[in-house]
Amino acid sequence: MVPEMSDHSGTSSLSEDSSRRPLSRRQVFERRQKRRSLLIALASSLAVIGLLVVLIPLTPGWYKVKRSFFNGPILDETFPALLRAFVKDIQIFLWCAPCILVLGMLLAICRNVRSPLLFPLRLFAAAYTDIFRGIPVILTILLIGFGIPGLGMDRPWNSPYLWGSVALILAYSSYVSEVFRAGIESIHESQRAGARSLGLSTSQTLRHIIIPQAIRRVIPPLMNDFVSLQKDVALISLIGPIEILRQAGIDKSKYANFTPYVGAAIIFLLLTIPETRFVDHLMSRERRRTSGTAVR
Amino acid sequence: MTPKILLDDVHKSFGTRPVLQGISIEVAQSEVIAFIGSSGSGKSTLLRCVNLLESIDDGAIFLDGVDISAPGLNPDPVRQRIGMVFQSFNLFPHMTVLQNVSLAPHKVLGQSKKESESHARELIARLGLSDRADGYPDQLSGGQQQRVAIARSLAMNPEVMLLDEITSALDPELVGEVLDVVRELKSNGMTMLLATHEMGFAKEIADRVCFLHEGQILECSRPTEFFNNPAHQRTQQFLQRVTEAGRL
Repeated sequence: MVPEMSDHSGTSSLSEDSSRRPLSRRQVFERRQKRRSLLIALASSLAVIGLLVVLIPLTPGWYKVKRSFFNGPILDETFPALLRAFVKDIQIFLWCAPCILVLGMLLAICRNVRSPLLFPLRLFAAAYTDIFRGIPVILTILLIGFGIPGLGMDRPWNSPYLWGSVALILAYSSYVSEVFRAGIESIHESQRAGARSLGLSTSQTLRHIIIPQAIRRVIPPLMNDFVSLQKDVALISLIGPIEILRQAGIDKSKYANFTPYVGAAIIFLLLTIPETRFVDHLMSRERRRTSGTAVR
Repeated sequence: MTPKILLDDVHKSFGTRPVLQGISIEVAQSEVIAFIGSSGSGKSTLLRCVNLLESIDDGAIFLDGVDISAPGLNPDPVRQRIGMVFQSFNLFPHMTVLQNVSLAPHKVLGQSKKESESHARELIARLGLSDRADGYPDQLSGGQQQRVAIARSLAMNPEVMLLDEITSALDPELVGEVLDVVRELKSNGMTMLLATHEMGFAKEIADRVCFLHEGQILECSRPTEFFNNPAHQRTQQFLQRVTEAGRL
């Protein structure tokens, strides 16, 4: 049973106490242990990095690789254009993401409906996820990106931005709907019983009790999908739009050098690493807020 | 007078396993019935059937003379009139105590948000949890959580309360605070069906104690008679075991 907590944060006040009272046997042990593991980690990391720094330049092709992948002057020259092109990636991401969330949730709900009238919807949702989860994203982009503009519609209905985005939305909403569905199914039956016993209807229970909890639970896997979406936006370059990967390809040809690709990789990392860290932070804050205790 | 609740030869199986095998009982308005019996005897299933959380295979359940077990009947209006409290609380962990209690009156009874919340605050105060209203369930002790669950049911102004082993998940020293609430409900004339392992409490609060064994009610009598002079041999054995375990 959860013990009664007087403070809501649930964080331990160990550090405050230890400054006043003499250290206990356990604390002395833990401090020594902590210092020791820190030293070992530091030493082993330095050794590995040192070895790499020494060994890699010793390889016969290193000077060539360095010149064509890690070329400082070319990086300086191409980086601004890459950054400008990356804005396009972010735009595409930003309009795809909400569509994917909404569509993914609708699909997940469709797969949960039990009413016979809505059976076609359930069937459609199942077929949809089967199809788009089973096709590589790049194929979906190529098929839709080249296929639909082939219908000969006028601007803006033949835009590769539009159909590239649609392809991403189709593919990713099928992934995301599976994540949502798993989240919905992971909520314990007792929550449903609690809600229904109060007279809430099936849809009210889904809306107020099941889905809010499911969403909280699936935020980490969901963010995984969105970090990959952020990267897969670059695949749209295959059907025309000049976004960062395309721009890097252009610069690569222009300078006959691969450094722009490294530049593009750096730009992606600058965005995706903080994204994942931010989500970790959100999750731990949520845990602290709703539960009294924290187990280390 | 029509009984508040009437069970007429209720049968229920899970797959091929029979759980309730012909349960019949009349419950008068304001009567408190305690169901006791070993695990698996069907106590919880019986309560869940009355709240329509489980459908019954045969027989019928009446509330104020109306058959609520008719197939195809919308269970929601019935459940609004019958409150249920669970062994494991089943509180909504993503909502504050106040939201847990005010949700159903707002969404189901159509009270305004303000109205439902002020009622909820009154109820929460009545159960001695005012300072916890804005906390989350996981920040409360088991006893407090169970009191919130009771408040959540009471917020719907039910005519009947079903209490399914509501103290079984609690530390012994937290049981009292929950039972106090049940005592108060009884003094207000609430009709209650409770499944319980608290023999002492059943003895004190119930108008009748019923012994369930393998899905059948073996006997139902006034507590003094039930505990001092059980008619059925199985009941005697059960009470013997309970006494040996120091629970009576």
